[in-house]
Amino acid sequence: MRRVVITGIGVFASTGKNAESFFATLVEGRSAVRRIQQFDPTPLSVQIAAEIPDYEPLDYFPAKRLDLLDRFSQFALLAAKEAMDSSGIQLRDEERPRFGVVTGTGMGGASTFESGYFKLFAEGATRLHPFTIPKIMHNAATSQICMEFGAQGPSLTTATACSSSGHAIGEAFHLIKFGIADMMLTGGSEAPLTFGMIRSWESVRVLAVGNGDPRKACRPFSLDREGLVMGEGAAMLLLEELEHAKQRGARIYGEIAGFGMSSDASHITQPSIDGPARAVRMALAEAEINPAAVDYINAHGTGTRLNDVTETQVIKEVFGDRARKLAISSTKSMHGHVMGSTGAVELAATVQALDRGVIPPTANYTQPDPECDLDYVPNQAREKPVRVAISNSFAFGGLNAVLLVRRFE
Amino acid sequence: MDVSQKVIEIIAREQHLDATKITPDSTFAELGIDSLDGVNILFALEEEFKLDIPDTVAQNMKGVRQVVDSLTRVIEGKDVSDLVAMAKGEPSATVS
Repeated sequence: MRRVVITGIGVFASTGKNAESFFATLVEGRSAVRRIQQFDPTPLSVQIAAEIPDYEPLDYFPAKRLDLLDRFSQFALLAAKEAMDSSGIQLRDEERPRFGVVTGTGMGGASTFESGYFKLFAEGATRLHPFTIPKIMHNAATSQICMEFGAQGPSLTTATACSSSGHAIGEAFHLIKFGIADMMLTGGSEAPLTFGMIRSWESVRVLAVGNGDPRKACRPFSLDREGLVMGEGAAMLLLEELEHAKQRGARIYGEIAGFGMSSDASHITQPSIDGPARAVRMALAEAEINPAAVDYINAHGTGTRLNDVTETQVIKEVFGDRARKLAISSTKSMHGHVMGSTGAVELAATVQALDRGVIPPTANYTQPDPECDLDYVPNQAREKPVRVAISNSFAFGGLNAVLLVRRFE
Repeated sequence: MDVSQKVIEIIAREQHLDATKITPDSTFAELGIDSLDGVNILFALEEEFKLDIPDTVAQNMKGVRQVVDSLTRVIEGKDVSDLVAMAKGEPSATVS
């Protein structure tokens, strides 16, 4: 059976503009949530988000290139570049048809969509910029990455809300495992911080308002949690078939060994226990890993009342007595809920936890909730060898994606 | 108004190019302008000159001089049916 290893990591997120600074911020337990600066959020009830600080697109791309890049594609390209650079890979032309890209996004080119509609409906424009569609489309990020790095193999985009990039990475993993490709650049990107998008999320009534210090707004698993905080950013991983990676002497950060996916088929927003539990079991089964061997779970941990209780029950259901010995943390407390890229951002954190033997904490944990009574690694990072870890993504729509990674030995 | 100078200005602005590097003899191919860019330049020209340029005429524009000539004729209200016919005789730039 072909094995799949991670040989490159790239992150462009609120908590850091590269993989290393991103993880360092998480280990320090520092949240990047702040009052929104991309536009004036004053009319909104929710005025906070995990925004990428000091981001000036022209620092990274020439003006001509930017004409075709929505913010979500910009983040995707920046994370992809770091993943490729860190892998040290030098592609030969004949390898390109075996090199593909799968990325996830929930909202695609949200800001282009919104500014276009504003021109159309508010300003009375009769036509829009001809690049509107190629910027908005959900597959824009995948296609831009393919063009940038000459990836000519199987490439696609997944859109399963908050599981989008979990599904993307899982699909990429299977494409290599089952012999369809040898290398995959995979992850997710999201730039959902627009006036209309936040207004829409407000209506779902799952956002933390965060009166007071915005950095303390997202408090997953804590009794006083008040909801999720939206974030933006991207993460990409280079996956390689093991022998391919070995042949070129690649640095291996970890191995993807299992992927589980399932559908709740019950409610469009309320999570079930059965659906996510089946996805976790499927990931364990594919990896042929006993639940007792799992050391760390990077939780979906959104910080909503419902998610955190349900996820706790899912973990107890699957792991039984082992549940209390597991280290579980929600890094969303710091980088926010990055929607369609959250699975990738969190896998980037999980793989670095595995690689470095440090588990990032759940920040802003203030008081235990009787219904969330596991070890959530509160506030302080923990040095601990991690051999096997799981990253959960449970989405609106009830589509679940669970990735299992292990130390490469 | 110098139509030629204005066209060069608009192309430079929309394509993020240096206007001094564009001459009336520059072709779109030389300037790296593809069919989508062309649509964008067309919109900008229509906005600037407050007129409609028939699509078939627009599709036949392959360089700065053609743009200026066609535009001048449209501005002066001259018959452009020969340009339309010429454009129809050629495969037009399409965008999938």
